[in-house]
Amino acid sequence: MTKVTLISSNDRGASPKERPPSLYEKRHQIYPKLAHGKFRVVKWVVMAATLGVYYLIPWLRWPRGEGVPDQAVLADFDGEKFYFFFLEIWPQEIYFLGGLLILSALGLFLVTSLLGRVWCGYACPQTVWTDLYIWVERAFEGDRAARMRLDKAPMSFNKAWRKLGKHAVWLLIAFATGGAFILYWHDAPTIARTFFTGEAPLTAYFFAGILTFTTYMLAGTMREQVCTYLCPWPRIQGALTDEHALNVTYRYDRGEPRAPHRKGESWEGRGDCIDCNQCVQVCPMGIDIRDGAQLECIHCALCIDACDDMMRKIGRPTGLIAYDSDTAVATRAAGGKPVYHLLRTRTVLYTILIALIGSLMLWGYTAKSSYEFNVLKDRSPPYIQLSDGRVRNGYTLKLVNKKAESRSVSVAVTGIEGAEFEIVGVGPAAPGQVLTLTTEPYGVNRFRMLVTIPAGQDEHRKLLSVVITDTDTGERLDADAAFILGGK
Amino acid sequence: MSDTHKEIDEASGVETTGHTWDGIKELNNPLPRWWLFVFYGTIVWAIIYMIFMPAIPALPGTGMTNTLGLRGHSDRALVAEDMAKLHAERAAAASQLVNASLEEIENNLSIQQFALALGESAFGDNCATCHGAGGRGAKGYPMLADDIWLWDGTLDGIQATIRHGVRHTEDPDTRLSAMPAFGRDGLLTRAEIDDLVQYVLRFSGRSTNAAAVTRAAPIFAQQCSSCHGTDGKGSRVFGAPNLTDQEWLFGGEPRDIQQTIYNARNAHMPAWQDRLDDTTIKALAVYVHSLGGGEK
Repeated sequence: MTKVTLISSNDRGASPKERPPSLYEKRHQIYPKLAHGKFRVVKWVVMAATLGVYYLIPWLRWPRGEGVPDQAVLADFDGEKFYFFFLEIWPQEIYFLGGLLILSALGLFLVTSLLGRVWCGYACPQTVWTDLYIWVERAFEGDRAARMRLDKAPMSFNKAWRKLGKHAVWLLIAFATGGAFILYWHDAPTIARTFFTGEAPLTAYFFAGILTFTTYMLAGTMREQVCTYLCPWPRIQGALTDEHALNVTYRYDRGEPRAPHRKGESWEGRGDCIDCNQCVQVCPMGIDIRDGAQLECIHCALCIDACDDMMRKIGRPTGLIAYDSDTAVATRAAGGKPVYHLLRTRTVLYTILIALIGSLMLWGYTAKSSYEFNVLKDRSPPYIQLSDGRVRNGYTLKLVNKKAESRSVSVAVTGIEGAEFEIVGVGPAAPGQVLTLTTEPYGVNRFRMLVTIPAGQDEHRKLLSVVITDTDTGERLDADAAFILGGK
Repeated sequence: MSDTHKEIDEASGVETTGHTWDGIKELNNPLPRWWLFVFYGTIVWAIIYMIFMPAIPALPGTGMTNTLGLRGHSDRALVAEDMAKLHAERAAAASQLVNASLEEIENNLSIQQFALALGESAFGDNCATCHGAGGRGAKGYPMLADDIWLWDGTLDGIQATIRHGVRHTEDPDTRLSAMPAFGRDGLLTRAEIDDLVQYVLRFSGRSTNAAAVTRAAPIFAQQCSSCHGTDGKGSRVFGAPNLTDQEWLFGGEPRDIQQTIYNARNAHMPAWQDRLDDTTIKALAVYVHSLGGGEK
């Protein structure tokens, strides 16, 4: 291998051209300080609730009947079904999932236009897991100042065990995260056992591994970079929020001009901000909220807690940083009285859309049939000419019984005068007669049907309709199919 | 290299290789270190792979097609394993198929569904080449979905045909009959055959020559009626087709019929009992019977 030699050229007086500045910005480690206050409490509660939901939900049971998984929330890929408590989605009903996603998106839009990025600040997994990881970090290495000292200090036994311990616990949490993820795709008690005996499917190990890795990376080392560089949501929210939304805001009308303050000094002619930098020190994103609305800000409200704390100490009113709207702050700065607009075109529109799609889905779900019925015409041969001149067409009836019990349906063929039909293995039916079929529970039933119509018809193509009726409930479905008579 | 003095490129500060093409000099940038280690890694991997997996083909003197490797890996064995697994999975349903009669298979819907699925795939692999998808047939290859059968359209009859074939003389139980090549073998003259064509056309009401029909009547009675019947309705004993219907396996135009009488047809279907197992043949029989023309 050849080594790169940079020139220190003294010949001909030539010097290397100046390199362009690097476009790569190295990450600056952020050491968020622990905040105390009501929003910190809310965040602890939300963290406990979301983590609790994530880890416990797969263990909930929801009896559905013989031969059907009893896991309350399960994406069953082998059985090709998705279970969510009372909801049961078959592959052909996957649009319900689409509807749920649309509802979630609109819900997020509505909340963002009212309260800004509360999703980012409280409920986003990135925020929750990062918060958890910082909690672990604090437990091993101490708060902000201690962590900064430790990172600067040379390697020692003290530093080593603290760092090792932190990463070990991080990895444990990461593995618990990846491990819990796969519980949603398999029977939880079974996979929890087989995962450790080596009998689980390869995909379980694969996805547990991937999520272990991503959790460790995203919450441990990448943190705020995920929000700033990877996540599209901050950009989208730029378009969703507006000057009337309640965002975490520094009330510059009250805070400026800012300056350090000595005890006993007058507050006349100056702002309430004493430039103590507490809001910056607690910020997990490493920004200064006093610079105004920023892409990086996840609106976690920890700066509110830090500032309120300080305001109480110096005897000024709290709320220098608070949930407020840009227009309100601007109005106050101009000496007016702020007005808040919660009812705005966009919030009304989102609410209407949510109500509309929600009721559509509800209607779709309640009107959903407990069968799925299709008639597939044989493609080859398209028609069968019988020796006596009659014409026969072959069909496959596909009847999905979505209930966990065997049910009977009657089958009738309508639409063609004098059509007689036969279901192979069940029997023939004269024109106008019906046949009764027994369906196997919980799955697709296939029946072979032959329809024969009298000779001497001059059309090339007719339409027939196969009607099935549940013999107990009277639930009725029909399906159309073409009948080909041949001809030139 | 002629030039021992190392030349440093001014713009980049990198040493050149000393190679010049049309005044363009090549920089001697080293390979990235990670790349180099990956490259070494692949070499190590290749050596390990050669030791454990089949690798070197046709080593002279060993008599082997290739080295086998320590792992004893064989794709062929893996396929056999997969096939065995498939058969094991199907064993329960397949044993039902073997033990049940054909009627039971057709009338028990859960066995029927298995038989139809197996039959359809076996039909596509083995039968559709001649009989067409769904048994739609072709000139010379009977349609299997209609109610016209040369030999037998019952479940057992269809199974026997599949098992033993048609005119498959290696099988003693094959369906056998032979129509003489009346013209080629000189049994009838060309004129007599032309008259016979008119006689055959008369069965489906298409004759245009009454004199020819009269002339051919005694010939038909003597040469043809023993198999096709005096009324031309054919006989399943001999697989002799019905000449009175609209269905013509080898074409119903006068020219086609003339060809048939002159050269004879005697189509051939292989026996499948040595090529397919009992389960598959049973499934095929049920499948063909369900296509549309199965007889009770």
